[in-house]
Amino acid sequence: MNSVTDEPAGASGRWTKKHLLGLQDLNAAEISLILDQAGDFKRRADAGETKLTALSGTVVANLFFEPSTRTRTSFSLAAKRLSADTVDFSSAGSSLTKGETFVDTARNIEAMGVSQVVVRHGTPGTPHLLAKRLNASVLNAGDGPREHPTQALLDIFTIRERRGTLKGLTVTLVGDILHSRVARSNIWGLTKLGARVIVCGPSTLIPPRIEELGVEVSHSLDDVLEETDCINLLRIQFERQRSAFFPSIREYAHLFGMTGERVRRAKQDVLILAPGPINRGVELTPEVADGNHSVILDQVTNGLMIRMACLYLLHKTGQP
Amino acid sequence: MNALLIRGGRIIDPSGDVDCAGNILIAEEKIVGLVDETAAADEVIDATGKIVCPGLIDIHASLREPGNDEDETIASGTAAALAGGFTSVACLPDTSPVVDNRAAAEFVVLQAERAGHCHVFPLGSVTIDHAGEELAEIGQLVDGGAVGFVDGKQPIANAEIMRRALEYARMFKRTILNSPQVPELARDGVMHEGYYSTLLGLRGIPAAAEDIMVGRDLALAELTHGHLHLMCVSTMNSVELIRRAKARGISVTASVTPHHISLNDAFLETFDANYKVQPPLRSPEHIDALIEGLRDGTIDVISSDHQPYASEKEDRELNLVPFGIVGLETLLPICVRSLIEPGHLDWPGLISRLTVKPAGVLGLDKGTLKPGADADVTIIDPGVEWTIDPTQFRSKGRNTPFGGWEVKGRADTVIVSGQVRYRAGS
Repeated sequence: MNSVTDEPAGASGRWTKKHLLGLQDLNAAEISLILDQAGDFKRRADAGETKLTALSGTVVANLFFEPSTRTRTSFSLAAKRLSADTVDFSSAGSSLTKGETFVDTARNIEAMGVSQVVVRHGTPGTPHLLAKRLNASVLNAGDGPREHPTQALLDIFTIRERRGTLKGLTVTLVGDILHSRVARSNIWGLTKLGARVIVCGPSTLIPPRIEELGVEVSHSLDDVLEETDCINLLRIQFERQRSAFFPSIREYAHLFGMTGERVRRAKQDVLILAPGPINRGVELTPEVADGNHSVILDQVTNGLMIRMACLYLLHKTGQP
Repeated sequence: MNALLIRGGRIIDPSGDVDCAGNILIAEEKIVGLVDETAAADEVIDATGKIVCPGLIDIHASLREPGNDEDETIASGTAAALAGGFTSVACLPDTSPVVDNRAAAEFVVLQAERAGHCHVFPLGSVTIDHAGEELAEIGQLVDGGAVGFVDGKQPIANAEIMRRALEYARMFKRTILNSPQVPELARDGVMHEGYYSTLLGLRGIPAAAEDIMVGRDLALAELTHGHLHLMCVSTMNSVELIRRAKARGISVTASVTPHHISLNDAFLETFDANYKVQPPLRSPEHIDALIEGLRDGTIDVISSDHQPYASEKEDRELNLVPFGIVGLETLLPICVRSLIEPGHLDWPGLISRLTVKPAGVLGLDKGTLKPGADADVTIIDPGVEWTIDPTQFRSKGRNTPFGGWEVKGRADTVIVSGQVRYRAGS
């Protein structure tokens, strides 16, 4: 085991935030700091340093009030890689367990000596509520359609890893923008790092006045294909849709699905990202998911590094 | 005879176009009239530097009793009303059980008498159990004291039911009140649909959800000749539709709350449950239209839309927190800040929207200082500066977005039926 005590390589500033609630709150230097830290962890992992001791003796709680497999697993493993103990609490659907409120549940779990709380919840603002009510650091693992900062960070990390920089790249987010926390976090992160962002989806799934967040809007994937460096295919969130936003899945796939034919018309070095879990045949065909432009599995690997970096940096600000 | 003289105040009574320095004599629970300052009286209240006006009237507040006395009781709610300067409150029937029958209405009246604070006028339910399906026994409810009809905060979704309610209530000269909002466009919504709902990922309620039902209700009021009151209007198109309907002689009145003219949707960025209200806080262009509507008389009345909730119902995720805030104890200073200080309304203009106009909406024989009127009088200290402190509320509800606000103006003395029922600081 090796302990991480040095400052992260290439860090331009110092991390001072207690919570990670969203990328809206971070500046470019802070985002870069996390990316650099994740890069450092990745180099160490590649060199065989998979287990570190930075969080030894601390407890990280994963509170998941919405179903999740990969984010929860990724956070859990990230905490273990840093030698933290973990407690997991999952409650699908309702926040109420035996009549207890969400805040009470969190406070009870915190009382087990927890210093960092990773929370996923279907309602925007719940991480903010916990940050007000708990002493622990709060990491947002997705609050409804608002933000999912670690997902955007791992998307950005993956792009930066391949292209060296975000500056000047055109990134197109495709699909259900209205219900997507991944879209909102990506918009904040990408624009702050100098990328051009296009959101592309059916007019029913683009929320009003999104241009004011600094993005361009398109309703035709074919129109923007040739100018796009990276395509991020968002999942259709059937569970958040209260009524029909488009006539059929077939029509959606026809208009916005990423097919091999579309990849061939795109830039030669286009990167295909998808936050998953993907609906094969809807957002993208298996040919594209498994093709050589796809970085979907890199995203999963990098997600672990990003989450280690976030836990590590928040832990450090919690130290006297 | 027990005579009370209120001496030396600025008397403002919009019902009689009165705005003058003077003295008012009260005897036998009635207003005697404007008198010389030397008039004989058993008790004298010095109102120098203060405003003396008819007791304020709130035409829709929820008092939660029976059924939800963890949130409020008629006693606590009417104590809050007094502290806010109100001598009469019409309470929504959204209790448990619902006030959809004569006995329930009489219970409300009885509890108000037991509490002995201010007058309470029950509003009856339009439909049985607010279900929006069958008309409640409106005639029986009128006998039990109901002064108007409304399905609580729930819109009357079915146009046929709304039509029949307007027609039927007309026979009893009663008003139908409605919270205009098309449910299918507002379902699961938490805030105004616009830039901030996009930013925050919170489900939006578009302004059109209100505009559509306002248009429908105005058409039905025209069809039926019933009297329609639109509660808590919040959009610029609503204001314009009502303005045109009034110009064409349709029998319609409308109200707005202090929070809809003083707060906007940007406040939801804090995720504070105290900004979650129904209809939602809108964007600034809507607020400008509401204020213009108040100025030109399109909007007749300012109401607190008091919605008290126990604190454990507020400390939740935003989508689970109920809509609404308390308002009885903050209405006056928020109106001073949002309407008087910027020069949108003068004091007589504000007081008319809190006295004679609300009385007119419900046909109450109140809201005036004319000789022979019930001696309900509010003395306002317009200059007193204070800080809103929810822990000091008489209401059991602490759910206010105005906690900590430095404000000006509050009720100083409140007289109900000739009796001093409230004095500030006592």
